[in-house]
Amino acid sequence: MNATADRLVPSLGTPAVAARDSGALSTLRRSVSLRLGIVVILAVFAVAAAAPAIAPYDPIANNLRVRLQPPSSAHIFGTDDFGRDVFSRVVWGTRISLLVAAIVVTVAALGGAVVGLVSGYVGGRLDDVVMRIIDVLLAFPALLLALAVMAALGSSLVNVILAVGVAFLPRFARLQRSVVVSVREREFVMAAVALGIPRLRVLWRHVMPNCLAPVIVMSTVSAADAILVEASLSFLGLGVQPPAPTWGAVISDGRSFMQNAPWISGLSGLAIMGTVLGLNLLGDGARDVLDPTLRGEGVEARRDS
Amino acid sequence: MRRFLVRRLLLLALSVLGAVTVAFLLMRMIPGDPAQVILGDYATKESIAALRRQLGLDRPLYQQYLSFVTRALGGDFGSSLVTFRPAFFEVRSVFGYTIELALAGTVVSMLVGVPAGVLAAVRRNRPLDYVTMILALGAMSMPVFWLSLLLLFVFSFLLGWTPSMGAGGDGGFVSRLWHLALPALALGLSMGAMVTRMTRSATLEVIRQDYVRTARAKGLREGLVIGKHALRNAALPILTILAINFGIQLGGTILVEAVFARPGMGSLLVSAIYQRDYPQVQAVVVIFATSILLVNMLVDLLYATVDPRVRL
Repeated sequence: MNATADRLVPSLGTPAVAARDSGALSTLRRSVSLRLGIVVILAVFAVAAAAPAIAPYDPIANNLRVRLQPPSSAHIFGTDDFGRDVFSRVVWGTRISLLVAAIVVTVAALGGAVVGLVSGYVGGRLDDVVMRIIDVLLAFPALLLALAVMAALGSSLVNVILAVGVAFLPRFARLQRSVVVSVREREFVMAAVALGIPRLRVLWRHVMPNCLAPVIVMSTVSAADAILVEASLSFLGLGVQPPAPTWGAVISDGRSFMQNAPWISGLSGLAIMGTVLGLNLLGDGARDVLDPTLRGEGVEARRDS
Repeated sequence: MRRFLVRRLLLLALSVLGAVTVAFLLMRMIPGDPAQVILGDYATKESIAALRRQLGLDRPLYQQYLSFVTRALGGDFGSSLVTFRPAFFEVRSVFGYTIELALAGTVVSMLVGVPAGVLAAVRRNRPLDYVTMILALGAMSMPVFWLSLLLLFVFSFLLGWTPSMGAGGDGGFVSRLWHLALPALALGLSMGAMVTRMTRSATLEVIRQDYVRTARAKGLREGLVIGKHALRNAALPILTILAINFGIQLGGTILVEAVFARPGMGSLLVSAIYQRDYPQVQAVVVIFATSILLVNMLVDLLYATVDPRVRL
């Protein structure tokens, strides 16, 4: 009955709550979040794909005759101090944000999978050492770690992806390992080993599939995080370099004009909020549908940026 | 308890060493010769050689690492390449600003999040609950720097209530507090969303317990049931949230400081990165990370002390 509210708030981990709430109606209600999230994210993808068609102007062409114009029918988000159309910049920025999020999550999930699977499956000394390193890395806020990497490598799109990817890898490794450790001693894995199936094959065919659900949930939530961290780096001027239209950079450009031209930062931020909201809805929904045991691990635990 | 304490302290020591190692690797990850990168294309051979010596880059790697670690653990990160003062002093002079912001942000997030979460739990599945949860999800999805800018626009520019930048260091206590208001609000609201969600679920869990049903069955007023029976038991998870919160807030200060041009470790870090002042970057990274590690350890200890269910 009370599913919607529960879906919005993962509990600190009571399966009992989930059990009491599992009725037909609650399943339907629960998926509202998932469906809403899917719709939002599909829309964002559509905008990214159709950016050239949707954006009315060139996102990086200056037009000094229309500097700092308030929103109008010609420029629905107004223009910035170079006379660039803010809406067009935001639309093109979608591509960069999604690209960064997608690659970062893929790299972090795959890297984390390898580290977590091997560490958890082999166990012993290796596992101890690897997990201590992961613990240390997890203690860094993602933004601090990403900033440190950017400081050394310098600003560029590739380095942003690398920096955020490095910052996100530990959480995936930790998650994968915890699943592997819980699965390792189960009968079907023991049976596979007893049958003489090679270790790698056991890992791939019998252990790996059990990790999928939690990893999908973690990926959605991390994509939201990646977008926030990328935007933060760009906002600090340490991300993808200008004049590339990234969401963080557009907001940063508008900073100095907050008093007289608040639309630049004000309206462009809606793009980040909408996308991250969509991913958060997706994450909340996916968690409940795919893996009720993960409640409380997702949106709450990941907030370290 | 003692075993737990020893293990936890060992982990802390290891983590601090890890932070120092990350800071060391930072300098080694610079593509090319760090001295050349720092000084730029027009530097003379002599000045590059001098800087290499100063940074210890002319020695074998393991020696560099050992000397970096021993010096860093003593708080010696060398001198800032910009101000020529010890990098450690630069961090120390702004450390207080960041701590005060993180503390104030934590207070705001608890003031907002705990009542909102309890209220939502008590009014579960009623409109108030939905509205609270939607607001919380919305606030969680806002980048904190954007929220800061919006607050700045409304409270400083539109209403003219608060100062827009700096920390009001010279203006006495009241000025300092006034300068803290908006940054703390931005940080606190952003974090408060998470606190709301966690408080709500912690309270919900307690409300379902048998002793709450018993209290209701005895005919106790609902206010007493919630206040005396439910909240007391939900206090522990909420306390943990508060402590975890503080560690996360420390990270969030980087962006908030940037928006409000507040001095602090975040501002120092960002400007040091801009100026390629690597010793300064290293100092901030190590001290920042160590502060967070310390807070995390205190949380663990606190939790273990307060909750009898945590076996030591």
